[in-house]
Amino acid sequence: MDTEILARIQFAFTIAFHYIYPPLSIGIGLIMVIMEGLYLKTGDKEYEVLTRFWLKIFAITFGIGVATGIIMEFEFGTNWAVYSKYVGDIFGSALAAEGLFAFGLESTFLGILIFGWNRVSPKVHFISTIGVFFGSMFSAVWIVVANSWQQTPAGYHIVGDGLSARAEVTDFWAMVFNPSSVDRIIHTWQGAFLAGAFLVLSVHAYYIRKGRYVELSKKAFKIALIVATIVSFSQLLSGHSSADGVAKNQPAKLAAMEGHYEKSSPAGLYLLGWVDNEKQKVTGLGLPGGLSFLVHQDFEAPITGLNAFSEKDRPSQVNAVFQFYHIMISIGMFLIALTFYASFLWWRGKLFETKWLMWIFSFSVILPQIANQAGWFAAEMGRQPWIVYGHLRTSEGFSQEVSANQIVFSLVLFTVVYTLLLFLFLYSLNKKIKHGPYDEAKNALEII
Amino acid sequence: METFLGIDYPTLWYLVVGLLFSGYAILEGFDYGAGAWHLFFKKDLSRRIAINAIGPIWDANQVWLIIGGGALFAGFPVMYATMLSAMYIPFMLFLVLLVLRSSAIKFRSAEEMLWWRKTWDIIYFVSNTLIAFLLGVVLGNVLQGFEIGPNFSYQGGIFFSFLSPYAIMVGFTTLSIFMTQGAIFLLLKTEGRLHARLTFLLKKGMIFFIVSFSITSLYTLIFIPGVVDNFKETPAFFILPILAFLAVANIPRLISKKKYAYALIFSSLTMAFLLMLVAFQLYPVLLPSTIDPNYSVTIYNAASSQKSLGIMLTIVLIGSPLLAGYFIFLYKTFYGKVKLDDTSY
Repeated sequence: MDTEILARIQFAFTIAFHYIYPPLSIGIGLIMVIMEGLYLKTGDKEYEVLTRFWLKIFAITFGIGVATGIIMEFEFGTNWAVYSKYVGDIFGSALAAEGLFAFGLESTFLGILIFGWNRVSPKVHFISTIGVFFGSMFSAVWIVVANSWQQTPAGYHIVGDGLSARAEVTDFWAMVFNPSSVDRIIHTWQGAFLAGAFLVLSVHAYYIRKGRYVELSKKAFKIALIVATIVSFSQLLSGHSSADGVAKNQPAKLAAMEGHYEKSSPAGLYLLGWVDNEKQKVTGLGLPGGLSFLVHQDFEAPITGLNAFSEKDRPSQVNAVFQFYHIMISIGMFLIALTFYASFLWWRGKLFETKWLMWIFSFSVILPQIANQAGWFAAEMGRQPWIVYGHLRTSEGFSQEVSANQIVFSLVLFTVVYTLLLFLFLYSLNKKIKHGPYDEAKNALEII
Repeated sequence: METFLGIDYPTLWYLVVGLLFSGYAILEGFDYGAGAWHLFFKKDLSRRIAINAIGPIWDANQVWLIIGGGALFAGFPVMYATMLSAMYIPFMLFLVLLVLRSSAIKFRSAEEMLWWRKTWDIIYFVSNTLIAFLLGVVLGNVLQGFEIGPNFSYQGGIFFSFLSPYAIMVGFTTLSIFMTQGAIFLLLKTEGRLHARLTFLLKKGMIFFIVSFSITSLYTLIFIPGVVDNFKETPAFFILPILAFLAVANIPRLISKKKYAYALIFSSLTMAFLLMLVAFQLYPVLLPSTIDPNYSVTIYNAASSQKSLGIMLTIVLIGSPLLAGYFIFLYKTFYGKVKLDDTSY
């Protein structure tokens, strides 16, 4: 395999693995802020127990998120040197702001959060929780800004040509608020809230089914259900707004998402389907003119298709983009149905007695995870063949000096270490869930 | 070229990056250093205390690496890209070791089984030692220069060329100074028999440092051409090695008086002076080319645009007081000897 493909595989692998954890910590962070806030407001000890319990799980996800995140920061330089030189001027300030404003906040206050229960007052502890939560939200902002700039560059000009060409920032705020930033930040945040809320729902649904910590779990379940219901619905609105932006700014990506080839004709909206890239045909179930309607509120309005672009300027993996995109949408719809039905049962006072629903919730944690991954894969594969949309090709962006053998070496290392990490994560998560929210707290004293 | 207080932007950013990497070396220096002593402690309890001494702060200390890396990417993208892609293998090892190290901190004490703890203890010890060593190796390579051709293209060896004798020497020197720093930090955080053992270990660490530092310095002066050029031009900077020497010499005195916090400050100063020495010796070059000095990466040909540097300097001016505030609060909260409780690792 050549260097480019290997570099892409390594990046996709390391970023996809990384992306399991930060969304979880942002989502759990939100739930923790609510729990601890309720504790301070009501003085109800059970909320404190819940906060402490979720803090332990938060600490593991946060830790793995940081460890795998550092790798991302340096992987741009090791594997994508040409790209790094090209975007450094722009990407750099976003990354610097991320480090100073966001990461500094979350990492310093994390120590207080985990180890400071007996050293600071409850109020200061609560402020630290908020600090860590905001820090993680800001982190996402800057990273998504940088990525959005790759999708829809703004506030820059190109200086030099050939190998020394690079983008330089001309307007910082136009760069930060490039056409896709805001939509994608909100979409990413909400995806993270769902990831966290559904982990909380899963764990407490499991306790309720098993008849353990039932009263405590009902409290946590209700908090997470409110978050999940609101966010799964607003995620639909944000997704729609985001897709409108893609239609305007990255028409080739939108066309790939629905497998729309004809240069300019009304486009359908598929529920599911299979794209044959050779025959340029989609086999599936869908609503004719549906995409036209969503974008232009008119079933007859033409949508730019893939054939409007030359073969080398449009994504080649159309079916993959199509599938990832539809997996995300289907899961999103299912989550709306699930949370609305659960909220309805709660209102009727039958939620926790409906055993089959608690079963579904116990396993529902996996769904937002899949949707988050699929959404990003659709966004990034839909951006191809560009690494900076319209300016720099992925095939031009990788490190020329690095050999295929070197990447194989690092890829093997990452595979081994990440497998271990995933195992450790699941193992300790499982252990903490089995152990439950009440801590006996004897072990530490015995060892002393 | 735009200036602030009479200093041009790339030079200011050079100072920012230098400051960040010094902060990283000093703070993570005692974290990695403490870890490099890990297997020298025999009892499980001692090892647990040693890990919990850095427990609440190592995540925060690591921020300096993340901001430093970001600052290098942001301000000198050419340097960031050239160095990382040329030093592919050492950086990949470094990153993987960082992951293993943080896993060891989090998971080591999560189980009681002997085999579990022993395995993590070894992983923790090896990763800390190698991380410290590799950081020095990369620094050694930078000092020696890379085979850089036109357009900053790296033309040197691929797999093991980073392990030159000189780089290995700098690697050992870095490890030794981190171990000194780590032992002093642990003295500050521990009591009883572990404390007594550390007083003994610190002496070994300082001897290790003085020996490896002397050999490396001599080698540098004899075999690396052009090292003292900047000093010949500005002899006043000869004060830096003298200050570094005085700072080291002061440590044993402070230890015998049990003033560990001051000793830590002085070993940190030693590192700071040595890094200033390196920074001054290189300036304005970031990465010397061994093929032709004209191909070297300098702060001027590697820098981002004036506009971008201006924005980032503003970000630093706003952000650093905030960060300083967080750090003071964190360190004040956890000042004093380690006390294990139910939240400890």
